[in-house]
Amino acid sequence: MNEIPLEAGLLLATILFAIGLLGVMTRRNIVFVLMSLEIMLNSAGLAFVLAGARWGSADGQIMFLMILTLAASEVAVGLGLIIQMYKKFKTVDIDVLSALKG
Amino acid sequence: MISLFYVAAIVAVIASMLVIIQVNVVHALIYLVLSLLAIAVVFFSLGAPFVAVLEAIVYAGAIMVLFLFVVMMLNLGHASRQQERVWLATSGWLLPSLLAGVLFWGVVSSLPSIDLSVSVIGAREVSIRLFGPYVLAVELASFLLLAGLVSAYHIAKR
Repeated sequence: MNEIPLEAGLLLATILFAIGLLGVMTRRNIVFVLMSLEIMLNSAGLAFVLAGARWGSADGQIMFLMILTLAASEVAVGLGLIIQMYKKFKTVDIDVLSALKG
Repeated sequence: MISLFYVAAIVAVIASMLVIIQVNVVHALIYLVLSLLAIAVVFFSLGAPFVAVLEAIVYAGAIMVLFLFVVMMLNLGHASRQQERVWLATSGWLLPSLLAGVLFWGVVSSLPSIDLSVSVIGAREVSIRLFGPYVLAVELASFLLLAGLVSAYHIAKR
């Protein structure tokens, strides 16, 4: 079919990862932090699919399925923790979680 | 196909940037769905239609609906949006932007320049690999999902 430069795809994955990292470091609302984590996981999956397309094999897509599984379970547990945190502290500010024993 | 790739890539980058600068959580979620759908189009243009469909169904469908339900349960009102505006206006963006820029530059300066010749790898090839050499990984993924289910139920119940 036609040619797509590999570096354009890897550049896209890197930009998305940097945006997600910026969101994780900057935002104080824990829901936004979790969303930025989703962006980062997604960019890692994009890099795997690109690598699989480079070698013409299905292994990259299989690794993306594993990342999808990981993201699903991570989000389920993380959102449960957010609900608990909101019940206890009545806020979504991550700075209230700075002590080990709340 | 290549123009599809570039258009979807630009949409994904812009939508992801809009996600992290939003004040309202629901607006950010909608932009995140847009970003995920754009990346699904990127997967399609890279010759991975099975993964593109899974991205649209599982990521943009299931996981985002989970987010939406939790945002509805939290019921963050007008006061939290005001608080977000105050937090976003600070100079706390500078150092994280610098760090992310250093990471970005470090990766970009070592990118290989190869042209992909796109060939479609569909559900058939992926499934043959998945239930051949990778069957143990499938079992481990099911363990992970079960552990996630049980712990999410336990944590959110108390």
